[in-house]
Amino acid sequence: MSSTHSSRFPWNHLIGFILSIALTLLAVFVKFQTNFSDSIIMWIIGTLAIFQAMIQLFMFMHVTEGKEGMINVINMIYSIFLALVIVFGSIWVLTSGHAAMH
Amino acid sequence: MSLDEFFVTGDPMILASQIAIGLTMVGLIALITYLKKWKWLWTEWFTTVDHKKIGIMYILAGVLMFFRGGVDGLLMKAQTSRPELGFLDAQHYDEIFTTHGVIMILFMAMPMLIGIMNVVVPLQIGARDVAFPKLNALSFWLFFAGAMLFNVSFVIGGSPDAGWTSYFPLAGKEFTPGVGNNYYAIALQIAGIGTLATGINFVVTIIKMRAPGMSWMKMPIFTWTSLVTSIIIVAAFPIFTVALAYMSLDRLFGTHFFTVAAGGDPMLWLNLFWLWGHPEVYIVVLPAFGMFSEVIATFARKNLYGYKSMVFAVAGIAFLSMLVWVHHFYTMGNSAAVNSIFSLTTMMIAIPTGVKIFNWLFTLRKGRIEFSTSMLWALAFIPCFTIGGVTGVMLAMAAADYQYHNTMFLVAHFHYVLIPGVVFAVFAALYYWWPKMFGFKLNEKIGKWHFWLFVIGFNFTFMPMFFVGLDGMSRRMYTYSESTGWGAWLGFSAVGSLIMAAGFAALCYNIYWSFRYASRDVGSDPWNGRTLEWATASPAPHYNFAVVPEVEKLDDFWYKKKEGKLGLKKSDLKSVHMPSNSWTPVFLGVAFGIVGFFLVFEWFTLAIISSVLIVIGLVANSFDYDDGYHIPVDELEKEEREWRGELK
Repeated sequence: MSSTHSSRFPWNHLIGFILSIALTLLAVFVKFQTNFSDSIIMWIIGTLAIFQAMIQLFMFMHVTEGKEGMINVINMIYSIFLALVIVFGSIWVLTSGHAAMH
Repeated sequence: MSLDEFFVTGDPMILASQIAIGLTMVGLIALITYLKKWKWLWTEWFTTVDHKKIGIMYILAGVLMFFRGGVDGLLMKAQTSRPELGFLDAQHYDEIFTTHGVIMILFMAMPMLIGIMNVVVPLQIGARDVAFPKLNALSFWLFFAGAMLFNVSFVIGGSPDAGWTSYFPLAGKEFTPGVGNNYYAIALQIAGIGTLATGINFVVTIIKMRAPGMSWMKMPIFTWTSLVTSIIIVAAFPIFTVALAYMSLDRLFGTHFFTVAAGGDPMLWLNLFWLWGHPEVYIVVLPAFGMFSEVIATFARKNLYGYKSMVFAVAGIAFLSMLVWVHHFYTMGNSAAVNSIFSLTTMMIAIPTGVKIFNWLFTLRKGRIEFSTSMLWALAFIPCFTIGGVTGVMLAMAAADYQYHNTMFLVAHFHYVLIPGVVFAVFAALYYWWPKMFGFKLNEKIGKWHFWLFVIGFNFTFMPMFFVGLDGMSRRMYTYSESTGWGAWLGFSAVGSLIMAAGFAALCYNIYWSFRYASRDVGSDPWNGRTLEWATASPAPHYNFAVVPEVEKLDDFWYKKKEGKLGLKKSDLKSVHMPSNSWTPVFLGVAFGIVGFFLVFEWFTLAIISSVLIVIGLVANSFDYDDGYHIPVDELEKEEREWRGELK
């Protein structure tokens, strides 16, 4: 409830905002304007996604601040675990069995 | 679009509802104007940031939605009560089971539980509000906007009709061209943002705002389950947000995330839906487990057996909740390896859940059990929920599931999980925490009518569904022939649903009766409770605690009460800092509702123009420098004296 008004311009947020839009547009560009093979495009977009996550963490989510070291570590490990489960779990489920045949 | 396409026409029941809705709204507006209550509503409720009032609004919305979803259920039961009945046609039946499912899960169970969390959690941890009170109000108004948007669908534009799971390709534009499924995509998106914000809010509140001395293992169990639920919300709801965004893009802008024709994959929808949908089950059931734990410990007059194992069981369920989603679509044609792994993870969930069941039983053992209405709900929960759990293990076996999948057996199973697991818990919690919200108890005698009617009606309604399911009746069948022999079972089930409805009516009557006649002299601790919410007045004052309590052990309040160490020293009083009311949350709720409505009808120009309202709300919010206000010591002293008598 306490608030400290800083008159400082929120540069972090602005740079983060511009960078995240730029990365998204870059992904669209790679898909529609280049002739790379599908798998290379997937790798490029995947890499961009990781950069995107980094920008969110550092520019908006104050990952370097805060005193709860332990909670932050658990939080990060759990988030990475969930991301892996969701991404690789989905790929596994959707590409094995009959689902793989189309 | 002409007016007769805009309003749903041609069905006398819907026409009657349209007239009834119109008359009710006119009547309400006239009544509020006549009683000159608009200003009171605005300052005390619409703009409030007080977690208790927001909680009460959530609960009120939940009760209303229970009525709506319940009527949907009764209509389905009426239609299937006899073979080949023509009460509802197939289309109408499809719409009704879709709205029944969505409303009961997202607009009844969620607000009931979040409402009770809102009222209780800050009080249990000795805090004066949640971490972000204004965000909390925004959560409520976004939920409410989403709920109202979804609810008008049946009179304006047409209801969604592809089931609460809205599987593609059926839910896509090709097979469901009307606006009905747009309501699903947009309304759930708006409500979902609110829920996600609630999750973040409660994680921060519970981590950062506990009373001094309340370390992790001294937290009340309901607070623990609320924390874990909030973490699952933060983990799972973004998946639903993404899935609904894809659905909206597919339906509104012609993309092909889920259509095979252009390289999409409808099974991706199932996958994403259940990646959220399964954790959602635990989101609704874990706080309920916490409520039962509090009620059972209080009315068995014992501390909770195996508190630590309970905490680990909750954490274990949360961890496993993200690893089992495929068991909802074993029959999709996954490889044997996929089905086996997900069978295993699913059955593993029975282990921590079993631990909890035994903990409750051991808490009851040798307790001095008091059969209050809330305790009755908790006691009925254990056997009913166990039936749901055991049939769940049957469904968990992938090979056997090919028999049970999409039959009434499954429908019976999840109603046996969700009604005892969530609805009984909400009822137990309402009877238990009612005095803390309103300063009087619900009537115990009417409460027992409510209990017996509802529990008997519930078992009559859903037990027969196991048998017709095993006999081959698939879910969502709007009618069946005489020769199936299901008529007797389903007729019995329909009678059960009427008994259950009578139980709900008893609850409504109880609320009315108790508001008018119940004794207001219940004291601050009517049930001889164990946790901090009972350390302050009933109803809780807007600042919650005049002095923030200090905690030394688990159930600290219980021991301090026994040792006579309660009471307030006048010299400890300091002025209290509280957040101010704000108009931006309710404004944003309305703005999101309007933009959502235009998006549903794909009136994009109007949607873009009206989204200026959202920007206005956000900008106004950013420049709001209100730091809250202070309650002076003499005012605190006056309020505390009113219920404590003289201060020490």
